Amino acid sequence: MNPKFFASLAVVITGFVLLYGVSDFPGFGDPRSPANAGVEGGSPSASLHYINEAYHDTKVPNIVTAVLADYRGYDTMFETVVIFAAGMAIFAILRCVRKDEEAVVAPPAKSSIDGDHNRIIVGMTCRIIIPVVQIFGLYVIAHGHPSPGGGFQGGVILAASFILVALGSNLEDALSRFSEKNYLTLASLGVIIYAGFGVLPQVLGRNFLDYGVLQKLFLTDGPEMARYHSILGVEIGVALTVMSILFAIFANLSSRGTLKGGL
Amino acid sequence: MILPFDIIILVFLIVAAVIALNVKDLLSSAMIFAIYGFLICLLWAEMGAVDVAFTEATVGAGISTVLFIATILNTRRRSSD
Repeated sequence: MNPKFFASLAVVITGFVLLYGVSDFPGFGDPRSPANAGVEGGSPSASLHYINEAYHDTKVPNIVTAVLADYRGYDTMFETVVIFAAGMAIFAILRCVRKDEEAVVAPPAKSSIDGDHNRIIVGMTCRIIIPVVQIFGLYVIAHGHPSPGGGFQGGVILAASFILVALGSNLEDALSRFSEKNYLTLASLGVIIYAGFGVLPQVLGRNFLDYGVLQKLFLTDGPEMARYHSILGVEIGVALTVMSILFAIFANLSSRGTLKGGL
Repeated sequence: MILPFDIIILVFLIVAAVIALNVKDLLSSAMIFAIYGFLICLLWAEMGAVDVAFTEATVGAGISTVLFIATILNTRRRSSD
């Protein structure tokens, strides 16, 4: 009776209970399941409402974006806050300024994206790839409405481009382009932008995150286009936070919180 | 939804998961976990959930692997205590 036996017993029992629970689920793509169709004798389901009304309400062809950033905007705002809080937690645990001890451990910074013959292939490849990656990231953020993507994915792609700078040359090089002060400022700014889009309608006398009233600010024809533009603004806020926090997590993890040396 | 395609992806998914759990080297395990993430991304794209597939490709197969590797390279076999 070793601990492994009990561990596998617990795993098997949990797995059986989960599989038993799954048997109650509706079939894949079942048109009569509660999520897909109107409840019998009741009001039509939420997803039917989104599918029918999302384009009229917001003029956004991609329903996923409309649901995430508009109908469920409150939820997405706190997803952004969760990412921000996770970044702050990692920052609080890892970030430290160890002067005497780490100065010996950290390798001397010598390579740069322009020099060092040993890494010239990696460096040159990164120099070519990084601008393309960043422009693609901006494209994904800006085209969250008509195509898959949005603030979260675009922010991750932008963060990946900065991580590529750190991998292609070294962490100091990446931090000279996107310093600690800047990423902490941008991470907070992203959350503030999202919350600002929530507070602005309140100032104008409507509910939190009720973008439709912003037509007075955007000078658009109707509330639909105001919601369309507000979704873009909110996506930019999400992208700023995700980009900054993911790069901050990488910078702190790869250098053990010293922001020197890196991988 | 194409059934043969589904079955191929799911078989590879299980194989990748088992190998990622059983490989001794943590670095290889992280790389195989990236393959697992990419297979899930394929599965979602094939089911029509393109937004989720995009997120999985960027976060699951991309950034999280980099973070795993960054962490693994900074750990040692023995504790310093």
